[in-house]
Amino acid sequence: MDYRLQMNDISKRFGEVQALRDVDFTVGSNEVVGLVGDNGAGKSTLIKIITGYHAPDSGEMYFNGEKTEGLTVARARQLGVETVYQERALADLQTLWRNIFMGREISGRFGFLDVDKMMHETEELMVGSMGFTSSAVAPDSVVRTFSGGEKQGVSIVRALHFQADLIILDEPTMGLALSEVRKLLEFVQGIKEAGKSCIFIDHNIFHVHSVADRIVVLDRGEVAGEFVTADIPLEELMDKMYRVAQTGSLD
Amino acid sequence: MTSRVEDQSIGQIGLWRTSLARLGRNYGLQIGIVGVLVAIWVIFVIGAPRTFLSPSIYAAYMSTIPFFAVMALPLTMVIIAGEIDLSFPSIMAIGTLAYVSTVGATGSIPLAVIACLIAGFLAGLLNGVIVVKLGIPSLVATIGTQFFYRGAVLVLTGGKPASLVSAKGAIIREALVGRIGNYLPAQMIWTIVVAVLVWIFLNRHRFGAHVYLIGDNEESARLMGVNAAWTRMMVFAVVGVAAAFGGILASMEVNYFWVTLGEGYLLRTLAAVFLGGTSVFGGTGTVFGTFIACFIIGAIEAGIVAIGLTGFWTQLIYGLIIVISVALQSLLGRRLA
Repeated sequence: MDYRLQMNDISKRFGEVQALRDVDFTVGSNEVVGLVGDNGAGKSTLIKIITGYHAPDSGEMYFNGEKTEGLTVARARQLGVETVYQERALADLQTLWRNIFMGREISGRFGFLDVDKMMHETEELMVGSMGFTSSAVAPDSVVRTFSGGEKQGVSIVRALHFQADLIILDEPTMGLALSEVRKLLEFVQGIKEAGKSCIFIDHNIFHVHSVADRIVVLDRGEVAGEFVTADIPLEELMDKMYRVAQTGSLD
Repeated sequence: MTSRVEDQSIGQIGLWRTSLARLGRNYGLQIGIVGVLVAIWVIFVIGAPRTFLSPSIYAAYMSTIPFFAVMALPLTMVIIAGEIDLSFPSIMAIGTLAYVSTVGATGSIPLAVIACLIAGFLAGLLNGVIVVKLGIPSLVATIGTQFFYRGAVLVLTGGKPASLVSAKGAIIREALVGRIGNYLPAQMIWTIVVAVLVWIFLNRHRFGAHVYLIGDNEESARLMGVNAAWTRMMVFAVVGVAAAFGGILASMEVNYFWVTLGEGYLLRTLAAVFLGGTSVFGGTGTVFGTFIACFIIGAIEAGIVAIGLTGFWTQLIYGLIIVISVALQSLLGRRLA
């Protein structure tokens, strides 16, 4: 199997807290991996290592088979990793187009911005992907006025826009209306159909079970188990999750 | 047929209304600040028509306002980035001291001007390093460096001022503070150059985009790959260069370097930035607002004297301007949220 991402023996400590201990984690080249676990299990730390935000204390990472060291966020994005963060990672006082292109502004050789192009592409995204039809929203609208679902839409479209190969969704359904959740799950299936990969983190095990090819269970910084979704019925998975939370072991 | 035409015209009006609303939202502050400038000007013209209708007062404005305007413009970036710098008045003196020492050592005025700007850059960079690498709040860090830089100037000079007469007649002095056509002060041209440069870098360059982003939400910016540490250090360094430049302009104008150079600039420069609508909370602010506000601040100072109030009033009024500006920002911000 081809791997989009391979991580071996990843450990990360924040002061006294061992956030991750010898974690092995892989994502196939066309696979949706569900990442589940209780609060503090290390899910967010793991994805922030993948996105280059945190550096692991030890362990190895391979993107498309190539070893990567000293990963930064900018480098990870070049490698095709885009993330929809739980906290949305928007700048509320800035305009829509500045949020879409945050950290990846379209610019010339000397760093001067191509504002017209960014505005134009934002306009296209609004009509095409975000489904904004209200005349009150324009590329130079300030994001602060958007609803929760609209903000989520902005951060998803942003992840989508850069032709990412690996899209990470961190608690994407939080605070969404039911219809929006459904749209989101369809969007994850779309990633799969487009031949790309996805890491899907969600508290709601129903959502994860319905879209993931494989589910990785993290507990207290370690991988507690892995399941191919097709092999495990939802009820059994829920039982196991419950047992992990109680005892720290799957069986 | 008629109804379609009517529909269209109603649609047109609706479109006009939304674009007008957008114009108001995006440029409201700028329109407001120009209104304030015009209002103050009208009051002064009515109150003292002989003074304010003669060209000489405007020549005076254009000779003194640039000294703090060239600093207020880049300082706008520091405030947008969510930081503050209180040390720039001392950096004015550091820069001019570097100029005086270099002229003393080499006799070269162009070299001395370059040394002045480099000294300002290094002093500003040190501010940035202390804030970013050591994680000290910029308010505290730059109170410290303000005294440190001033102290360094006093120790190195023994408190003695120096003459800049050696620059008299030099092309550089003419280019910096000469009078074009015997009227227009060259420093006014430099102010416009600085304003244009800062505008371009703030609005049309990745650097400025990142300044807005880190001031608005640093966590988001870093999650999206913005190099927050570098951007933050650079805004401090740029203000350092600008302060050294303001210092050399002010010293060249009077052909003299006073070791107290810069004292009195802190309040009016900050007042200009905040009056110009730059948010003390970071994330928003405009070069245009600061530019216009510099002239309001300058006009008020002249107005205070013209009305016959003592100079003591200037501090009171500048202080009031800062307090009112930031209070208005807070109230407006709360209403919008």
